Amino acid sequence: MNAANYPILSVTTFLPLLGVALVCLIPSRHQRAIQWAAFLVTVATFLVSLQLYFQFDTTTWQMQFVEDAPWIPQFAIRYQMGIDGISLLLVLLTTFLSAVAVLSTWSAVTERVKAYMASLLLLETGMIGVFCALDFILFYVFWEVMLIPMYFIIGIWGGPRRIYAAVKFFIYTMSGSVLMLVAILVLYFMHHEATGTFSFHILDYHKLGLPAHLQMWLFLAFAIAFAIKVPMFPFHTWLPDAHVEAPTAGSVILAGILLKMGTYGFLRFCLPMFPQATLFFVPLILVLALIGIIYGALVSLAQDDVKKLVAYSSVSHLGYCMLGMFALNVDGIKGSLIQMINHGLSTGALFLIVGILYERRHTRMISEYGGLMKVMPMFAFIFLLVAFSSMGVPGTNGFVGELLILIGAFQASLKFGLIATVGLILGAVYLIWTVKRVTYGPITKEENRTLKDMTAREYAYMLPVMLFIFWIGLYPKPFLRTMDASVSHLLESVQAQRTAQTVPQGPVWFQHLFAKVDRQLLTKGQGR
Amino acid sequence: MSSISLSAIAPELVLVACGLIVLMIQAVVGRKYPDSFAYVSLLGVAAALVLVWKQPGPFEARIIEYFFMDMWVVDNFSRFFKIIFLLGTGLTVLISIKYLHNEAMQHSEYYALMLMCTVGMMVMASASELITIFLGVELMSISLYALTGYTRTRMLANEAAIKYFILGSFASAFLIYGIALIYGTTGTSQIPAIAEFLAKAGSGASVLVMGMALILIGFAFKTAAVPFHMWAPDVYEGAPAPVTGFMSAGPKAAAFAAFVRIFMEALPGLQTDWVMVIWILAALTMTVGNVIALVQENIKRMLAYSSIAHAGYVLVAFLAAGELGLTSILYYMLVYTFMNLGAFAVITMLAGAGESRVRVDDYRGVGYKHPVAALAMSLFLFSLAGIPPTGGFLGKFYIFSAAVKQGFIWLAIIGVLNSVVSVYYYLRVTVAMYMQPAAQPEDVPAATALSPALIIAVCISAYGVLTLGLFPSSYVAIVKASFLSFL
Repeated sequence: MNAANYPILSVTTFLPLLGVALVCLIPSRHQRAIQWAAFLVTVATFLVSLQLYFQFDTTTWQMQFVEDAPWIPQFAIRYQMGIDGISLLLVLLTTFLSAVAVLSTWSAVTERVKAYMASLLLLETGMIGVFCALDFILFYVFWEVMLIPMYFIIGIWGGPRRIYAAVKFFIYTMSGSVLMLVAILVLYFMHHEATGTFSFHILDYHKLGLPAHLQMWLFLAFAIAFAIKVPMFPFHTWLPDAHVEAPTAGSVILAGILLKMGTYGFLRFCLPMFPQATLFFVPLILVLALIGIIYGALVSLAQDDVKKLVAYSSVSHLGYCMLGMFALNVDGIKGSLIQMINHGLSTGALFLIVGILYERRHTRMISEYGGLMKVMPMFAFIFLLVAFSSMGVPGTNGFVGELLILIGAFQASLKFGLIATVGLILGAVYLIWTVKRVTYGPITKEENRTLKDMTAREYAYMLPVMLFIFWIGLYPKPFLRTMDASVSHLLESVQAQRTAQTVPQGPVWFQHLFAKVDRQLLTKGQGR
Repeated sequence: MSSISLSAIAPELVLVACGLIVLMIQAVVGRKYPDSFAYVSLLGVAAALVLVWKQPGPFEARIIEYFFMDMWVVDNFSRFFKIIFLLGTGLTVLISIKYLHNEAMQHSEYYALMLMCTVGMMVMASASELITIFLGVELMSISLYALTGYTRTRMLANEAAIKYFILGSFASAFLIYGIALIYGTTGTSQIPAIAEFLAKAGSGASVLVMGMALILIGFAFKTAAVPFHMWAPDVYEGAPAPVTGFMSAGPKAAAFAAFVRIFMEALPGLQTDWVMVIWILAALTMTVGNVIALVQENIKRMLAYSSIAHAGYVLVAFLAAGELGLTSILYYMLVYTFMNLGAFAVITMLAGAGESRVRVDDYRGVGYKHPVAALAMSLFLFSLAGIPPTGGFLGKFYIFSAAVKQGFIWLAIIGVLNSVVSVYYYLRVTVAMYMQPAAQPEDVPAATALSPALIIAVCISAYGVLTLGLFPSSYVAIVKASFLSFL
């Protein structure tokens, strides 16, 4: 089923790793050369990954570009890669944003450039691998490998509280994923019990049909790992710390891609493997998603620091992704997927903008700015457009995603749809208010009078991002089309499970807690 | 079944001969060529490795041969452990050369003791009779007591040696008492014969259970399992850095080898009696080791507690038994030898004369002054923490899959959560190396011990850690063949 005639997924995944070797070979004093090498490698990776898009067959939900080789045969661990409509866009987003991220820290990071670029490239390998891996252990290896470069990026090149943030990030995310490892092992042996063969193939586990009580536990183990990564409401505290302390490229990648690994995990693992548990936990997750939406927006509203504001806005935006996904209908899930991409682009762009500001003034306090429109008109214009995209103004990508999610949410529950809409309004408020305080009005600080507008290099990474923002906003069809088959297939499997078996009611306190949520209504949304 | 077969003990004989030769060189040639002690020892270790590998057949086959009136067994299980010991000894010798130069203590006794200690460990792995195991334990332990106090001018080393000697003797006493009780009940000290007796008797008499408990305590001491771990931190801190690394790898593996041999081969009939005890022992060992390691300022002490915790992980595998459990012990001990000795090699490199720089704070800024050493250290630490794609991850994966398979899911959960706790203190070292500035430029320890041998040791360890993580299948195959000894 490999449309390309070479192992394209492996090439995409490991090209950045080759880049690490290349970067390491260049002597440290040739800073520019190192930066160029890293940039060219990421661009090459992006170009290779584009081929995935052009050769992708949108009519099937099957995995494509599949590669399969034995790795540790004694445990039936295989090197299996493949993508479907759910992972395709995420892979593309990764390769695209990595190139942008490398370009964006050209002048921001001038110390230990070699190690920095090597970390970014290693990170890219890990991220692409996560979205391509079809073997659970391979997936887990990529999932964990990523922690190391990100830890160093935050910890070495970050802000004043970088050590705290880096360690917190590492331990927080790892504590989630080790529980997932135990759950994976349980699945592995369950699969053996059921079929007599050992396998770590992810798709093999989709067909297991586990007993309901076991699904609950396994779902929880997986969900905690993913919820931390997303991050969902009570598990989000690592995120502002990590974002604020990370250098710009780190924040872009963290927000743009790392968080998507959580939502991707839910889609790829929790929904199809534990359909009954999914249906059982739907109310809980929807409520947490809504809390995330409102809480993230409110906290953003209260920030003085632009970067913190953007960080908290991620909590809110990812709440939408979770909401759409757990609305469990075609619109919701497609909206959620497209919103993952959107958030990567829009929030990535917002972090880039914060980075541009910070490079000029070395402060992120909103109160330090004001009236930038007069000195940096192009910057102010782009800032406004990105803010529009982030709040979902029609014509931008955010609109497409949020609309689909809201359609999905309203199909699932009227009340939830209404609450989510409130979040939308709050989002508009904090973003517009921020843009206003930064770019409009008179210039209040003398230092700001001499600021330079965007440089050629800054255009070079902002414009492609803007291009995608409007492309998805104006003509989303090519993007939505890629996920059609996979999403319908995913939903079919959940629906099939639901009609085949009953969803457990759970303990009394749980029923009581979510008595207000109409389960029937929630699970009725059968698509359009 | 020949009664005397020198080929069965050829590797051990080579090591003994080598130890004697090293002593002779000093007597005959004097100390003109102090490095020759190390090279002769290395040669001996290499020869022994080859002999173990060749003896008596290919690793894939099921080999169990008894010698010396059934007191000595050569099987894949013992051979694999011997490979671990020899690797550990070889690496330690490489690490020690420069260290002993720095301390002006390049004596042949050091190497001779180390070789004798290795022989003791090999005896423990190959003995199929309780008294022989005990002989091995004592040969190993007494050499270790001496090695611990080897830097005799340091007060810490003296204290450590005395502590180790006294507590170690207690452990031996427990062990021999347990052996006596088992002998008293079953009338034999041969491991297969004990198993036979138990199989016939159905379940154990209370005296037998008592004997088993005493043996358990003895081995818990030797493997530094909580609550019998008190000696370990002090001893690890006081002993010379290379010896500390050696102690935490080889002798611990040896103790597990004999432990497994006795419990899985002689006493499986008493399994119901020891499952719960070892469950608690494993949970305690993992947790206490990791939690106390969190607050250590001295990196050797920190690794001592971490090594206690690692013994806990191995106990989980021990408890899981079966093919997965036992083979995962072997795999883990192999990985552990590489990663822990690698870490101690770097510590030796950076410690300076008199081990003046062994606090975590001393590692500030090392990442930039000695980038390669720091990178290697990070690799070993991430491996110890069990983060992919290192061998440490696969080792833990192996162990916890064994635990899950046998239904010890809670223990697996305790284990993985513990490895999260451990991440914190391993990260502390990387934080110091890369993220904290050195207070003053001269605070960055000079790599006083940069010697080719040391660099080779670090490279071998790093290679081991990475291959065991990335391309483990051939190692797993060998480890699986070792389980054939128990079928």
